[in-house]
Amino acid sequence: MALNSKIDNHDKVSIKGMITEKKNGPNINRAMEKIMPVLLFLIAAVSILTTIAIVYTLLTETIEFFKRVPILEFFTGTVLKPLSQNPEFGVLPLINGTIISSVIAMLVAGPIGIMTAIFLSEYASDRVRRMLKPMLELLAGIPTIVYGFFAFTFVTPLIREFFPSVEATNILSPGLVMGVMIIPMIASLSEDAMTSVPNAMREGALALGATKLEVTFRVVIPAALSGIIASFVLGISRAIGETMIVTIASGSSKNFTFDITQSMQTMTAYIVEVSGGEAPAGSTIYYSLYAVAMTLFVFTLIMNLFARYVSRKFREEY
Amino acid sequence: MATLTKPKVTTNAQVTITETAATIKAKSDKRIVFDSKDLNLWYGDTHALKDINLSIYEKEVTAIIGPSGCGKSTYLKTLNRMVELVPGVKTTGEIMYNDKSILDKSFKVEDLRTRVGMVFQKPNPFPKSIYENIAYGPKIHGIRNKKILDEIVEKSLRGASIWDEVKDRLKENAYGLSGGQQQRICIARCLAIEPDVILMDEPTSALDPKSTLRIEELIQELKKDYSIIIVTHNMQQAARISDRTAFFLNGEIIEFDKTDTIFTNPADSRTEDYISGRFG
Repeated sequence: MALNSKIDNHDKVSIKGMITEKKNGPNINRAMEKIMPVLLFLIAAVSILTTIAIVYTLLTETIEFFKRVPILEFFTGTVLKPLSQNPEFGVLPLINGTIISSVIAMLVAGPIGIMTAIFLSEYASDRVRRMLKPMLELLAGIPTIVYGFFAFTFVTPLIREFFPSVEATNILSPGLVMGVMIIPMIASLSEDAMTSVPNAMREGALALGATKLEVTFRVVIPAALSGIIASFVLGISRAIGETMIVTIASGSSKNFTFDITQSMQTMTAYIVEVSGGEAPAGSTIYYSLYAVAMTLFVFTLIMNLFARYVSRKFREEY
Repeated sequence: MATLTKPKVTTNAQVTITETAATIKAKSDKRIVFDSKDLNLWYGDTHALKDINLSIYEKEVTAIIGPSGCGKSTYLKTLNRMVELVPGVKTTGEIMYNDKSILDKSFKVEDLRTRVGMVFQKPNPFPKSIYENIAYGPKIHGIRNKKILDEIVEKSLRGASIWDEVKDRLKENAYGLSGGQQQRICIARCLAIEPDVILMDEPTSALDPKSTLRIEELIQELKKDYSIIIVTHNMQQAARISDRTAFFLNGEIIEFDKTDTIFTNPADSRTEDYISGRFG
């Protein structure tokens, strides 16, 4: 066939002939068409398989841990003394530390992030936006260990200047710094969500005599809400998973307390501390790592599911 | 179409624009809502409106026709100052709305837009329920009472002749409606704050013929209570629904007269060329 069409059309260029030729041509093209989807599927499967493998490891080791420490004791215990003669493994101090540091971070990052987003999307001129956004994103590129040192050597001394009763390692300072770290994430994602609200919607409201502020708060933000919520949840997940800042600036006290001027340990910081060489493989304290990691995993999982539910519920389709 | 292309017989084609406007003003006993005097507008360096003198009469439909880029939408958006959203806009001259100069910065633009509603080319309901779309305007102007809001919503939807179609689904998202229904929702949203004037910027250009007809019928209905200014690309539409027609070309008004006169006996040859489809 291919040969025929070539002979038939040897004197003039025939588009039709070329197309037929391609269709009937080398099988390699058709083989590629068949192979590529399979190949792409396999590559996509890598991340899924990794997740499954992680969950599997976590689960088996966690089960081993719960054979030694009753599950109820783990989740209701307020005492965590893994290295004592009579070790106790209550995870509540760690959950408490994680939640408190995340709440402090979100109290900083939430309002500042969303207000930055409002300014960038609704008020800033193009020129200002083009200058500010990259600077903001630069903030997101700073390694967390730098933030950790910043919290420990700058923010904490500054706080102690005004409130001398604050301990040298405390949860407040890393919480605040974590908040600063999360601002760009919330600001940038919320701004994206708000700028993608069509201008026709703003015009519709303005034409009804709404002021700019009314348009922002009663049209743009509701329309962008699912994106804004998504940015908050990502921020919270980031705060929950953040390790370096709290490890450096919050010390390793395992007290169960609500006093933010004191040292507290988060789940992540505990994992860092214990995996730093003090846990012989096979010991209870070694398995406790996995139990804590599993708890952390469930935490972020619940956060993400919750976010999906909320953002679907508040979604305003346009 | 035959009547539209009928050759004109007027001899005094030299009548100037201001004279035409003045004659009409003298003839009509209707009140003037909008009166533009020597209005000029620039987008940066582009001179988009040139010495516009135009009087819009109360409770009439005024159509603005002209080829793309002739400034007709710009003129419409100047009337509620939406044109200010474009950076670098500059105006000179005056627009009197009920004898107040609206281009004056001391005139609160929110007040103006409360009196002068607007319907856009593409239906742009808010991504909210039908009820919330209509209640939005009254709410931002301070009406909180649920019962009053319910009444306003019903009255506005009836006014836009869409009540029967949506009364059982007021809580549903307005984006679930068809394009023509969405546009009537937008008209209802505009009626909810009881304006004096409704500006319509090619309100049917995104709609099918059936929806277009419904909107046109609605405009005839609304004319009893509102002054309507409609920009349209569709000359038959202008001929069907308007009382007066202004023909814009390159930012100038070429002719402004009773719609009958414009379409059967235009004074300017350019008007005739345009309405008979020779250009544009």
